[in-house]
Amino acid sequence: MALTGVLRPGHAQVRVLDLDESVRFYEEVLGLVETGRDAQGRVYFKCWDERDHHSYVIREADRAGIDFFGFRVLDTATLDKLDADLKAYGLKTERIPAGEMLATGERVRFELPSGHLMELFAEKAKVGNGIPLVNPAPWAKARDNGIAPVRLDHALLYGPNVAEVQKIFTEVLGFYLVERVLTPDGNGNAAIWLSCGQKVHDIAFAEYPEPGKLHHCSFLMESWEQVLRAGDIMSMNAVPVDIGPTRHGVTRGCTIYAWDPSGNRFETFCGGHLPYPDYETMTWTFDNFGQGLDYPQRKLHETFLSVVS
Amino acid sequence: MAHTVRIEDNGVTYTCAPTESLLEGMQRLGRRGIPMGCRGGGCGVCKVEILDGEFRTRAMSCDHVDDDDRNHRRLLACRVYPSGDLSVRVIGKLQKSVCGATSHPRVPV
Repeated sequence: MALTGVLRPGHAQVRVLDLDESVRFYEEVLGLVETGRDAQGRVYFKCWDERDHHSYVIREADRAGIDFFGFRVLDTATLDKLDADLKAYGLKTERIPAGEMLATGERVRFELPSGHLMELFAEKAKVGNGIPLVNPAPWAKARDNGIAPVRLDHALLYGPNVAEVQKIFTEVLGFYLVERVLTPDGNGNAAIWLSCGQKVHDIAFAEYPEPGKLHHCSFLMESWEQVLRAGDIMSMNAVPVDIGPTRHGVTRGCTIYAWDPSGNRFETFCGGHLPYPDYETMTWTFDNFGQGLDYPQRKLHETFLSVVS
Repeated sequence: MAHTVRIEDNGVTYTCAPTESLLEGMQRLGRRGIPMGCRGGGCGVCKVEILDGEFRTRAMSCDHVDDDDRNHRRLLACRVYPSGDLSVRVIGKLQKSVCGATSHPRVPV
């Protein structure tokens, strides 16, 4: 098997200021599928085409932002190996027991030098996407509810020490650097896009003075037309939109950035090129960051650089 | 009934319905003065001090508004809804940025 180690983003847990309002938003406007609630009051969602029990979890809190972001790994042996590798690298890891999160096996949690909590897990119940595995239809009825993205695709996180974060992902977790934006002096990376498979990115980071901040969680749409439809639904529901619809230079993805009712940014995203691990990293200079962010407008939107939760 | 909001920093005034936030009201009329952020009470860039007037609020992040702020009516404009005419002073700004890229507190005219 070519794809081993870390397979894909598995879940994000995000804080919201008003649970009921947020459940309505994620279910009816974004069009996620609710799959459960736990004793802590957390609400679990998946995108319609995802097969695992959940990918996006919200909990009510007195501040917005992200609690942690988790990746699914191949199997429990891989989980144990990556846990040992992280420790050998010098990071402290913690084992969260199976069942702490609904339908999810044991998780390995560690903190990045950017102040973000990451998790790895090997087991999560497969609940399916509503389509049979034998003679499957191309889509299920849930695709028609709200924006209805296909999957949780990636996250962009803001915090300090991005160079250290890059080393952990590339040297321990098996990711490779797909694209980067240089710092203004050209000597370091202001932002990095990392992949663990053949997606254009599975996680990204930008250098920012405050630790642990969420820039956005991104949801995959099937086409540019579906991104435009997402924009229509945002306007129908008075969702605050940040940037787009437009196309990124970085990744070549098509995008709309908008905010949930608590000010957590999310993205409806489609496209992007398909890198291989042996491809050379693509580099953007800081003075062309505007083109990297918004290719048609060539605009370095101030909110992109400054507004996080 | 709409109320009048005055941004003391630049003298801009606009009308704002009790059903829309100070920030939404400003944006809908194309006025400027309070920095626009997430519009959901999460990012903190639209922080203002209410100098005068009555209002109601919705939930906002404690990362940006603590009890002392509340007591001194330093609140996020995206979560403040006017109950009467209001006068505000801007204290929020887009102060932190990627790599410290240029990001000015904006008080445009």
